[in-house]
Amino acid sequence: MRFSQSRIIMSKDFKTFRRKKNILYSTFVVPFAVSFLLPAVVWYSDHYGKNGGISAAELPVILPAFTFLYLVLAGFIPVTIASYSLVGEKVEKSLEPLLATPTTDSEILLGKGIAAFLPAIGVILSGATIFMGLMDLVTHDTLGYYFFPNWNAATVIFLMVPLGALMSVEWNVFVSSRVSDVRIAQQVGALTLLPLAGIYIGGEINLIPLGDPNNLLIIAGALAVVDLLFFYLVQATFQREEILTKWR
Amino acid sequence: MIETENLTKRFGDLTAVDSVTLRVDEGEVFGFLGPNGAGKTTTVRMLCCLISKTGGEARIGDYEVGKDSDSLSIRKLIGLVPDNVGLYEVLSAYDNLDIYGRLYGCTEAQRKENIRRLLELLGLWEKRDVVAGTFSKGMKQKLAIARALVHEPQVLFMDEPTANLDPEAAKTVRDFILDLKREKRTIFLNTHNLDEAQRICDRIAILNTKLVATGTPVELERLVGNRKTVIELEQASDPVLSALKKRFPDVNVVVEGARLTMDVPDPEKWIPDVVEAVVRAGGRIQYAAVAGSTLEETYLKLVRRDE
Repeated sequence: MRFSQSRIIMSKDFKTFRRKKNILYSTFVVPFAVSFLLPAVVWYSDHYGKNGGISAAELPVILPAFTFLYLVLAGFIPVTIASYSLVGEKVEKSLEPLLATPTTDSEILLGKGIAAFLPAIGVILSGATIFMGLMDLVTHDTLGYYFFPNWNAATVIFLMVPLGALMSVEWNVFVSSRVSDVRIAQQVGALTLLPLAGIYIGGEINLIPLGDPNNLLIIAGALAVVDLLFFYLVQATFQREEILTKWR
Repeated sequence: MIETENLTKRFGDLTAVDSVTLRVDEGEVFGFLGPNGAGKTTTVRMLCCLISKTGGEARIGDYEVGKDSDSLSIRKLIGLVPDNVGLYEVLSAYDNLDIYGRLYGCTEAQRKENIRRLLELLGLWEKRDVVAGTFSKGMKQKLAIARALVHEPQVLFMDEPTANLDPEAAKTVRDFILDLKREKRTIFLNTHNLDEAQRICDRIAILNTKLVATGTPVELERLVGNRKTVIELEQASDPVLSALKKRFPDVNVVVEGARLTMDVPDPEKWIPDVVEAVVRAGGRIQYAAVAGSTLEETYLKLVRRDE
C-alpha cells in the first residue's frame, strides 16, 4: 500500500470539505458549542443558581460525566464527513474515474478514512481542551484545585475518543460504500452513536463505574477490538464491482 | 493494443457480454456501437479493470486484464472518459486535473505542462481557476477528456463523449479525438452517434451482447449488401429501362425522376456493364456512382438481423 496515493485522496477530500459549508458547520458547531455551553452552565449555576450552585462534592461526579460527552461526540461528529466520503463520490459520479486510476482499494479507503478522521478528532480534541480549560476556570474557586487534567479525563479524551471516532469513521465508510443517498448514509451511519451513548448512560446510572480507571481501559480495549473488526469489515466489503454495479 | 478473446461477463443469470473477440491496433480509433443494454459500458469497465470478467481473455498492451498483478499497470496505461463526466464540482478545473495527475504518478513539472497544454487545446485555460460545477455541459465534457489524458495514456476509453453536447461542442470534441489519433493514441469509442462513428472511426464493432460485426464502415456496408449503383441520366427513357431489365433481369431498378438506383451485390464490378447497357440503349449519363447506405441503415440491418 502506498501512503502517497492515500494522501492525494485525503487532500482532495479536505479541499472538497472546505468548500462544502454544510459539512464544515455540522462538523465544527456542535463540539465547540458543547465546549462553551457546559462551562457556561456551571458558571451560571454558581452565580445565579439556587442553593449557591453546584457543590464541591457534586463537581467531581458531574465533570467526568461531562467529559464522557466527548466520547458520544466521537461517534457523532465524523458521521457527516465519513458518510459523505463515498456517497459523495457516487452522487457526483466521480467514483468511476477515481476507481479507474492506479489506486488500490486499501489506498482509497485509507485516504477517505483519514480525511474523515482528522477533522473530526481535531475538532473534538480542540473542543475538549477548551472545555477543560474553561471548566477549570469556573470550578477552581469551588473545588480549590484544578480538576483538569487528570488521568481519567486523559484516558477518555486521548484514548477512548480517538478509538470511538475511528469506529465511527470505519462504520460510516462501510455504510457509505453500500448506499447511494447521503441522507440514508447519515441515518444508518449515526447508529455508531448507540454503543457510545450506551457507555455514557451506563456510567450515569452506575451500571458501568466510569470513575474506575480499569473500567476505562477495558472499554478502550473493547473499542480497539471493534475498530479492528470494522477495519477488516470495510476492507472485505469494499468491492469495486459491487459499488459500480449494485450500489450506484 | 487491445485484444479480447471470448470476453464474457455474466451478472447472475444475465449475460451482459457474450464471447466478444476483437482486436484494436495501436493508433486506431475503434468505434463500439450497440443498442442500450448491449454491453458496451460493461465491456469498457472490464477492459479498464473496474469489474471482473467471467470468461475469456483480454489484454491491453503487454498486460492481462483480470490478473491482479497487471491491474495497476493497465490503469496507468489507459485513460477513461465515462458516460457521466464525474468531475469534482466544487474544485477548480485545474485542481480536477492536478488530482488525477498526482494519482497517476506524474511529476509536478509534467502535471503543470500537461494541464496547461490540454486546457489550452480545449479552450479552457482561461477558466482554469473556475470551479467545475459552474461549467456548461460541453466544458465539463472537455474537462473530463483532459482529465483522462493528463497522464498521457496510450489508450483512451471514451463512453459517449459527445452525448448531450451542442453541435459546436461536439465538433470540438470530435476534432480533438482526431488530433489524438494523429498522436498515435488508441481510442476505444463507445457511441450511439452513428454519423460520428462513420466520420472518425477507422473500424467499428457492433455489439448486441454478442459481437454482431466488425470492420471498416465500408466493410460493414458490404456485409449487409447495402451498396447500390446510381446512374443519373439526362432523361430516363423506356428503351434504357428495357435494356437494363433485359441485361440484368434479377436486379431491382428503382426510378426516381432521371435517377436509376440498382441493387447490385458488387457495384464497382457492375458499373462498367451498366454504363455500357445504358449508352447502347441511347441513354445519356450525367454521372454514375456507388451509393453507400448510411451507417445507420447498416447498423439497423445488422442489429435486427441479429435479433
